[in-house]
Amino acid sequence: MTEWIISILLLIGGTFVLVGSIGLVKMPDFFMRLHGPTKATTLGMASLLVAAMIFFSTTQEGFSVNEILITLFLLITAPVSGYMMIKSAIHHKLDSIERTKGKNNIEDDV
Amino acid sequence: MLENVILIVFAMIGVSLLLNLWRLLIGPSVPDRILALDTMYINTIALIILYGMSMGTTLYFEAALLIAMLGFVSTVAVCKYLLRGDIIE
Repeated sequence: MTEWIISILLLIGGTFVLVGSIGLVKMPDFFMRLHGPTKATTLGMASLLVAAMIFFSTTQEGFSVNEILITLFLLITAPVSGYMMIKSAIHHKLDSIERTKGKNNIEDDV
Repeated sequence: MLENVILIVFAMIGVSLLLNLWRLLIGPSVPDRILALDTMYINTIALIILYGMSMGTTLYFEAALLIAMLGFVSTVAVCKYLLRGDIIE
């Protein structure tokens, strides 16, 4: 039973990581490309780490806490690094295509 | 069954690492390359954790935590350099 749960969580995580990277390659401009890795990949990593936590909690003695540390660290740092990247992109005035939304909300260089 | 699933997920993450490498090579601007490198760090953590699961040891989690911290710090440092021309003012 736990093997099924671990397998399903692993497959969900791998699919999300793959979707994030496909988005990184396929999207037309930087402001859209930022969505894939910062959202889909982080969710996939959280799912993979939950699967690893269940795996090591059932196969070995005691409750393993390391995975929760890595998950929390990734979930906290992904928005911060995404914010820094979008700030540098705005600073460099990157080109965006016509249908990118929210361009009017960009203020002048902060 | 679990061994086969781990192999499939290995293949998925390998493909996504290759896609990130492609974006890192062709990326038209510098923030694109930073984003691709940050994603490669995160996918490498996934690879290390899967390897630890297939070996059945928790030893590799320390390495994964180290890579996560170094990846975050280096991404923020490079972005800060792009923004201000200096890392610590």
